[in-house]
Amino acid sequence: MKKLLFAILLALAAPTFAGEAAPNAEDPVIEQRMIRLAEELRCLVCQNESLAGSHAELAEDLRREIRAQMKAGKNDKEVIEYLTNRYGDFVLYQPPFKPVTYLLWLGPLLFLMIGGVVWYATLKKRRALKDAPLDEKRLAAAAQLLEDNK
Amino acid sequence: MKRWLPVIIFFVLVGFFAKGLFLNPREVPSPFIGKPAPAFTLPLVGNEAQSFSPADMQGKVWLLNVWAPWCVSCRQEHPVLMQLAQDQAVPIVGLNWKDKDREAAQLLAQQGSPYAAVPDDLSGKVGIDYGVTGTPETYVIDKAGIVRLKHIGPIDMDVWKNKIEPKLKELGA
Repeated sequence: MKKLLFAILLALAAPTFAGEAAPNAEDPVIEQRMIRLAEELRCLVCQNESLAGSHAELAEDLRREIRAQMKAGKNDKEVIEYLTNRYGDFVLYQPPFKPVTYLLWLGPLLFLMIGGVVWYATLKKRRALKDAPLDEKRLAAAAQLLEDNK
Repeated sequence: MKRWLPVIIFFVLVGFFAKGLFLNPREVPSPFIGKPAPAFTLPLVGNEAQSFSPADMQGKVWLLNVWAPWCVSCRQEHPVLMQLAQDQAVPIVGLNWKDKDREAAQLLAQQGSPYAAVPDDLSGKVGIDYGVTGTPETYVIDKAGIVRLKHIGPIDMDVWKNKIEPKLKELGA
């Protein structure tokens, strides 16, 4: 029991040693702005990582470039333009709304509408079925069948 | 018909997924297709006094091959490029990308150079200007300096025959 406790405590303690290298915080304001922007951008090397979180060399270069441009007084929009001019909309985790992405953005709405139409049609059909008056002739035929099978 | 609808939908979905499974996620469409190749001026590897600029290739259809001595798949591509150079198929310019250990000159001297010129992009900025994500990447640039095609990954004979050579013919190389 003591051993287990010790192991658990050890496991809990381990992460405290694994400190990341201190960020290059020459200018904490720009660093923060850079990180916030880079979190919205995709790293082209490890495509499921953000530019802020990736350790790929290219991501480091691009972070340095973003930092330099922010220092030079460019706003976020200009920095994003710099990147999309080179790497395309693929760097953006939120692609812009334009003709090629209409289906992407409006697709879910389209599917919702299709679902709504099907739902409405089904309900209408069901109600029509319930409301239909019983046909005298068919009722008689049914009674006849029951009679015959006796 | 109505009974088969779910089956049809199922197979349509399978078709989409199968297509997605075989797409190469590295093949990101380049925003440079149909646009002028970004200008730069860089010193040449092994001859720093001289420089290269894409404007030097005006009037020619040429390949810009982004490579690096530390890049493993570039070595795989090297014999193919050597063959193309030997056949004088098309002038190839080899942008030496982020060669921090300064190995390019020696490597090319040892293994032969398929390149008409080897501009030295030590900082990697020119590569970034071209939207390079990883070596090797190859751009086909036409007589007017417009980027016509980008290939990501090593060129093999299959890529050359089916992708690059037809494009060069189309551009009148």
